[in-house]
Amino acid sequence: MARRIYDKEHVKAPGTPLSSKEMYQLPGTIEYTPVAKYRFTTGQALSKFLEELKRGRIAGRKCNNCGRVYVPPRMYCEFCYKPTSEWIYLEGTGTVVTAVVSYIGTARERLEKPEIIGIVKLDIDNKEPQGYDFPGLFHRFCNVSEDDVKTGKIIGARVRPRWKLEEERKGDITDIECFEPIEG
Amino acid sequence: MTSSRVGIISIGWYGFSPSTPEVSFREMMFESSNRAYSAVGIDPRKEVDAFVVCQEDYWEGIAITNEFAPEPLGGVLRPTVTIAGDGLQCIVTAYQLIKTGYFDIVAVEAHSKASNIATLSKIYEIALDPHYVRPLYAKNPLFLAGLEARAYMERTGAEKYHLALVAVKNKNNGLNNPRASYATPLDLEDVVESKPVIDPLTSYEIAPFVDVSITFLLAGEESARKFTDTPIWIEGVGWSTETGTGAIAWHEWGRMRFLRDAANQAYRIAGISNPARSFDFAEVEDRFSYAELVALEELKLAQEGTAHILLESGDFDIDGYLPVNPSGGSLSIGVALEATGLVRILEATLRLWSMELVEEAEGRAVVASWRGIPSFSGGVVVLSL
Repeated sequence: MARRIYDKEHVKAPGTPLSSKEMYQLPGTIEYTPVAKYRFTTGQALSKFLEELKRGRIAGRKCNNCGRVYVPPRMYCEFCYKPTSEWIYLEGTGTVVTAVVSYIGTARERLEKPEIIGIVKLDIDNKEPQGYDFPGLFHRFCNVSEDDVKTGKIIGARVRPRWKLEEERKGDITDIECFEPIEG
Repeated sequence: MTSSRVGIISIGWYGFSPSTPEVSFREMMFESSNRAYSAVGIDPRKEVDAFVVCQEDYWEGIAITNEFAPEPLGGVLRPTVTIAGDGLQCIVTAYQLIKTGYFDIVAVEAHSKASNIATLSKIYEIALDPHYVRPLYAKNPLFLAGLEARAYMERTGAEKYHLALVAVKNKNNGLNNPRASYATPLDLEDVVESKPVIDPLTSYEIAPFVDVSITFLLAGEESARKFTDTPIWIEGVGWSTETGTGAIAWHEWGRMRFLRDAANQAYRIAGISNPARSFDFAEVEDRFSYAELVALEELKLAQEGTAHILLESGDFDIDGYLPVNPSGGSLSIGVALEATGLVRILEATLRLWSMELVEEAEGRAVVASWRGIPSFSGGVVVLSL
């Protein structure tokens, strides 16, 4: 197949080039910004969870049928399809399952300080985490280096929550500032 | 395709209240579903073959909201599908699944957390054609209902008081229904003397919103008989969409052609040739007063241009020739977003069950639901004892 060779001098497109500003002024697009506001009812499980965060406690719901613990809590067990049985409170210590370094924000803007986020499998009654049925929290990590994440060293590390000062807590998942490694 | 009939074997619900601050939408879905399964002793984790959910992202405030459907229904890692449409369409989908012969028991859920939407009117705006209808937006989405009502009146000679009579009938009917939050004793004077919200409709003639979750269990004939002595059979189904608001000028104003289409299809499947003489009662669209009258004509329950006359003569009263919306309809119960169609089927099913108990009678009902403004979509089902 013959290759067409373009001579830059001769391929100037016909017509008048437009700047992007000019382009978006053409009647080819219509701009619209949706106004969609919601007030989500947190419900039985999550409202208690958020209230307990304010007190510096992590609350979960346990299904006595299969033994699963839900954090954040749920009033029903999705596996057994029964109402969960009781409230339990967790120390908050746990083990890192996976983590990632994020260098950009939601608008793809470069972050000044990269964010490290991941999943923590929380301890229950000091048992070793195993299987699929231990509760996991999605959260930020601090005192963890980019290298710890990129080398995979962080996976399996023991961590605990760093709480905000009591007067700064407002019943929000960010009442836990982050999870940080337990020294030693 | 199997020749097996499809029956409704159980229904669970939670809510029917203007707001439900005590539960999250997921907890509400669990409550209605758990009730539906428990009533017939079905374990959704093992015995339900598929789950069908009607919900829409903007109502939920969650994009890709289908991901939230399985968990509260017991459908995690099981065949689950979400349809962005009125709950009646989900019943139709479940019916089709069972008819394939590959699914025996199918759960259907739809819910409304309308109380969680802070900018409901703006959500309606987003539903309008973005190119030329939104820029002309007439301040609130009800203008479409006003246009329909006016065109309907012009075509049939119905007066404002005929429309008001629909509200009077339905608001009073709802007084006997524990699920009708907006029922109230009402007389014609109350309605005609109140100020129009969007001419010719007054606030009594526009259904408010309600929070509810409803779960149905449908089954093929053999299983249906195993789980209950009184399945409600789905004899016919139909659904249709006209066109979006992008072609708003093409719409035949004052009519609901999509309901006519859906009804023709449902009647054909059910083998009904004379609809006006085939049903013990009807639960039909009434989120606006005029809509009930238009729906009755499109469903061929009244001859062209006569629905308002029959209404005035009492034919559609709860003790009339053909009771229409004996539950109180949406005007008494409220509009439950995508669950509205399920509300109608729920009310029709409960009424058929109560007929069976009291009269040991045969019973047949027609249910019609519209997806509401600014849609031109709807469906019809024929139910029988």
